[in-house]
Amino acid sequence: MRPIAEGLFTDETSPRLVGGRNRETGRIVFPCPSGKDYEPYPLGRQGTIWSYTIQRYRPKSPPYAGPDDFRPWPVAYIELPGEVIVEGRLTNVEFDAIRIGMPVELTFMPLDPAKPDSVMIYAFQPIGDKQ
Amino acid sequence: MSDVCIVGVGIHPFGRTDGVSGLDQGVFAVREAMKDAGVEWEDLQFAYGASDAAGNPDTMVDRLGLTGMQFINVRNGCAAGGSALFSAQMAIKSGEFELGLAVGFDKHPRGAFNAMPAEYNLPEWYGEAGYMITTQFFANKIMRYMHLNGISQTTLGRVAEKAFRNAVHAPHAWRREPVDIDTILNAPLVSDPYTKYMFCSPAEGGVALLLASEKKARELGKPLVRLKAATMRTRPPGSFEVFAPSVDIERGGSATNIASRDAFRLSGIGPEDISVAQLQDTEAGAEIMHMAENGFCKDGDQERWLAEGLTEIGGKLPVNTDGGCLACGEPIGASGLRQVYENVVQLRGDGGGRQVPNNPKTAYSHVYGAPGVSAVTILER
Repeated sequence: MRPIAEGLFTDETSPRLVGGRNRETGRIVFPCPSGKDYEPYPLGRQGTIWSYTIQRYRPKSPPYAGPDDFRPWPVAYIELPGEVIVEGRLTNVEFDAIRIGMPVELTFMPLDPAKPDSVMIYAFQPIGDKQ
Repeated sequence: MSDVCIVGVGIHPFGRTDGVSGLDQGVFAVREAMKDAGVEWEDLQFAYGASDAAGNPDTMVDRLGLTGMQFINVRNGCAAGGSALFSAQMAIKSGEFELGLAVGFDKHPRGAFNAMPAEYNLPEWYGEAGYMITTQFFANKIMRYMHLNGISQTTLGRVAEKAFRNAVHAPHAWRREPVDIDTILNAPLVSDPYTKYMFCSPAEGGVALLLASEKKARELGKPLVRLKAATMRTRPPGSFEVFAPSVDIERGGSATNIASRDAFRLSGIGPEDISVAQLQDTEAGAEIMHMAENGFCKDGDQERWLAEGLTEIGGKLPVNTDGGCLACGEPIGASGLRQVYENVVQLRGDGGGRQVPNNPKTAYSHVYGAPGVSAVTILER
């Protein structure tokens, strides 16, 4: 797959998000900042929904690089236990079924589903709802 | 030490004014403020000007007069106006000057703000994936807050309904037609739980405030409106801010908490002493959260406060008496100064149909913005 950015996902069969761990304080952030204070730190793949909303209008381009044909998508903050809360889309879930506290896991999806060579973005989906 | 006083206020109506540049709206506001104070441009010793998207404020000397005065431009996100006001206050407090100007204006294109990742030190992918959206953050923040504190969507609707109702009586406001709560709640969602009436829009407008030493203010013979505190603060660890790809699990306070706490300390009064407040309401939930973040109520109490009308014009703490950002729109450079303008109007008793009853003595203003900045003022008459 072609990730939306270099160094954002680990290079393994089930990729993980690459966060950053502060070498002094241990604080974990996402994505991994440049510079020497943080070392790359692969994040856990499972967490719970901390908050969410539905993006119901097409973001302006630039910077948005998604398809012109816009369909609303949910965007959430996911608490990865013991690590950090990360922002990302939700997928494979009905809008009405989304709840704070819902267990979710990391997955990947094309930014433009109509394009075979689309870059891939990360997202989260309800656990047990595999494609 | 003697207080710095606000001796003149002027405003160019907010909203959309085709054919008039942001700068000219600022110039209009300055002329109104000079008329109000009874001074001439030649009398002013310095100016601080705030604009985010409408050009360099100091170019207004072309229009107002080439007197050689000191004119410093301020660009500080949503806190730009507050920063200009703070700086103007310090210029007088230091003893350097007796009379000067804080002015803010802006003119934004229609639609949501279009931020670029690089401006916020973020990677390009964050924008490409569709996350450089202020409304997304605001919606996520209130969704979490509602979950934790039992705030209903109806309460968000009440905030918007109050804004449009108050704005009917504010000549400088943009949206001056009342909108009933059913219309607000049943309107299309922009970012859940917010409908289109619950977000403010980028807009245009200009505000000017003339500041003077207490001695100079007495000479001018104006009613003394004292600037008891003006603070601008940045975020503490663990805060949740606009454009945040990640958030710490260990939650902290906010820039608002710090700006508010320090303003109360400087002024020597507390939240219970405030007669009227203008709180940043770029969306309906912001007013709700900022009521608590500024210390006016506990988290969750807002549900009852709004149901009982405690923040109405005649309530215990009138909030956003001119309709706030929801009804006035948000020209970034001018927005924070509009709040102070409205507070001066209220303290002078010039509010007309939106006047807070019983001669308010103290007034509070608060802005919040990206990437985690806040500015607060406290006025006393």
